[in-house]
Amino acid sequence: MAKDCAVSDQVDQELEDRFVQLLDTYRGQKGALIPLLQGAQAIFRYLPQHVMQRVAEGAGEPLSKVLGVATFYAQFRLVPQARHAVRCCHGTACHVSGAVPITEEVERFLEIHSGQNTPDMMFGLEEVHCVGACGMAPVVMIDDRAYGKLTPEKAVNVVKDFRAQCGGGNGGSSTGPAEDAAGKDEG
Amino acid sequence: MTASVVDLTRPSAQRARLGVPEVDVRICLGTGGVAAGSREVVRAFEDGLRGSGVYAVIRPREDTCEGHCASVTGTGCKGLCAMDPLVEIRINRDGRSHKVTYGQVTPAMVDKIIAEHVIGGQPIDKWLVLTDDGQTQYDSFFGLQEKLALRHVGVIDPEDIDDYLEADGYQALYKVISSMTPEQVVSEIVASGLRGRGGAGFSTGQKWKFAAEATSIDGMKYFICNGDEGDPGAFMDCSVLEGDPHAVFEGMAIGAFAIGAREGYMYVRAEYPLALRRIKIALAAAETRGLIGDNIMGSDFSFHIKLKEGAGAFVCGEETALMQSIEGNRGMPRMRPPYPAVSGLWARPTNINNVETLSAVPWIILNGAEAFASRGYERSKGTKVFALAGKVKRTGLAEVPMGLTLRQVIFDIGGGIKNEKVFKAVQMGGPSGGCLPESLLDLPVDYESINKTGAIVGSGGMVVIDQDNCIVDTARYFLQFTQHESCGKCPPCRIGTKRMLDLLNKICEGRGAPSDIAFLEEISQSVQIGSLCGLGATAPNPVLTALKYFREEFEEHINEKKCRAGQCKALTTFTIDPVACTGCRACARVCPVEAITGEKKEPHLIDQELCIKCGACYDKCRFDAVRRA
Repeated sequence: MAKDCAVSDQVDQELEDRFVQLLDTYRGQKGALIPLLQGAQAIFRYLPQHVMQRVAEGAGEPLSKVLGVATFYAQFRLVPQARHAVRCCHGTACHVSGAVPITEEVERFLEIHSGQNTPDMMFGLEEVHCVGACGMAPVVMIDDRAYGKLTPEKAVNVVKDFRAQCGGGNGGSSTGPAEDAAGKDEG
Repeated sequence: MTASVVDLTRPSAQRARLGVPEVDVRICLGTGGVAAGSREVVRAFEDGLRGSGVYAVIRPREDTCEGHCASVTGTGCKGLCAMDPLVEIRINRDGRSHKVTYGQVTPAMVDKIIAEHVIGGQPIDKWLVLTDDGQTQYDSFFGLQEKLALRHVGVIDPEDIDDYLEADGYQALYKVISSMTPEQVVSEIVASGLRGRGGAGFSTGQKWKFAAEATSIDGMKYFICNGDEGDPGAFMDCSVLEGDPHAVFEGMAIGAFAIGAREGYMYVRAEYPLALRRIKIALAAAETRGLIGDNIMGSDFSFHIKLKEGAGAFVCGEETALMQSIEGNRGMPRMRPPYPAVSGLWARPTNINNVETLSAVPWIILNGAEAFASRGYERSKGTKVFALAGKVKRTGLAEVPMGLTLRQVIFDIGGGIKNEKVFKAVQMGGPSGGCLPESLLDLPVDYESINKTGAIVGSGGMVVIDQDNCIVDTARYFLQFTQHESCGKCPPCRIGTKRMLDLLNKICEGRGAPSDIAFLEEISQSVQIGSLCGLGATAPNPVLTALKYFREEFEEHINEKKCRAGQCKALTTFTIDPVACTGCRACARVCPVEAITGEKKEPHLIDQELCIKCGACYDKCRFDAVRRA
């Protein structure tokens, strides 16, 4: 099933090289801690402890501060992330238009709760506050793409379709991830 | 000064030389438009026009327009999000030009539009939402609006700097650099009466004045754009950043010139990936053209902009917290004074303005403070963008002169309530605001009038709720939000919002006691007085306004264990009326937990043990047989 957009095994060294380059880019810059953590997370998809340790060394900050910052902001993940983020918007407009039953239905479909990953690491489910598409409420985002005017049924279909497209066999050039990369490639 | 305009007028000259395409298609590629499928519509138009055998699809200002040519351009949000994807088609033919806008366009509709309208000359009336003569049912949506801050949003291609330049882009900055002193710029903005559009409503000109007068130990001052639009239900800043990023850069550069800053930061929340992508493209283009960076337009004025991605913290919308975040710390607010104008980022004088505020600045410089101040109402000058969302028919963004009534905004522009339901309240100002009832709908929308109600104009979010929304649940929603987003620095906010949320949960779950209302009010007061920053100080507003205008709903929850909207699950049961039920099985099919049983054409039954009260059967039944009580 969903092997799709999987990262292949030999990329460890490549990730390491990118990380070293990231540390070099920000060396000596003031206020670099958050961009460093963002960059590191973009490379490793989450912030393992050894990465935070090296960020602390690179930024010349104590590890306690790095951890303090990493736990303060919603964006940072301290556990591995699934390949695709399903974000159920719970902004005001989405809330009053039925975001709660939508999230519940997606949770039932994926058999996980918000904040968890599917066992195959294909999807991680999150509740977020406002993605800025209130006019289309209720909204669910998968990676960087928003899907609007949903019902619980439609939301599940969106997730199903995405899974079918991504894991649907011919691999390679699937939709979501390409856009994802375009948006986030800068550290 | 030796500022030069050569770069600024080149795109227009280019177009004059190469000609205007006969068919100019502009499609909304804002977050909302994309969510509605506008990318596919762009592709369908490109393919359809090419495949028509009549038109060559060209890039304006690059290709010569000879014979029948057409261009397809992606723009920012056109405002009427309910009808996305919106497609504007301008046809320039036989010396005449006319423009219409289609709504809810799907790729399947495109061939017909090309054949009948573009080639045949006959617009398809039933799909139109806007025409040159304003003869559509959406006329009142557009007719009452006046677009200043949004003047280019939905019109130009945000990824093409030439489009902005052709629309008078960077002319205001040129005017400032070549013919004004910093003092004159400040006076102009003071005179316009422009007030911060992010929520607080403080005079922008005064803010600039303080920062301009402040002295810095090493000469460094900073100019920051606050694009951390966190208020759930407001998306105007998102739309400006996605649709017209250069206007914000231009506003920042003008402000930096006025206060004497050479460095600036644009702080944008990471939840807006499309905005971030377009800002990066736009900033690189502005730097390449010498419009941002060293010696702007050949003058001795230099201003650099750095992009900072927020990392997801609502409290960073507060200016002192935002600066902490830029410095790489936990985004926690600090005491003011000293105000940022005196000691801000890295302890240097700093000015922070909101996105919408900054996008209005170039307009004011070009059109004069008078023109801005002549619009609006009493002490609230100019126009303001409102985000209409929730149960209103025409969701979207509307920019109107301050002082229109709430009724005009919700019923004339917004078209009233969806599905012919009954208006219950409009939530203004997000987590710092409140729900206003029907009886206040004739209030003018200006800072002072709305403040008197207990809500605030805030950043301009207007979320409309109807009879199906529970007011207690709405208040709980906001407390859940502020409690979650409280940075934890000061106890009144950290503990107070938690206790308030506990009480609201209790009431929604049917465990409320009569004394809880007074207790809520008491804690609210402490949180208001004792909190360090605006997040805490205003956090009780949603609860207090709900109690002020909808007290009987709280009392019903507590005394009668009843939720009249049927939203509080513990107080709601779903049953099937055996007489009305036709046994069509629609409810049983939609039930996610298989709680509904019954043979085909026989009355069905809901197993209350299994029922999770999701309401899917209630929404699905076409015979009103599912009862909610």
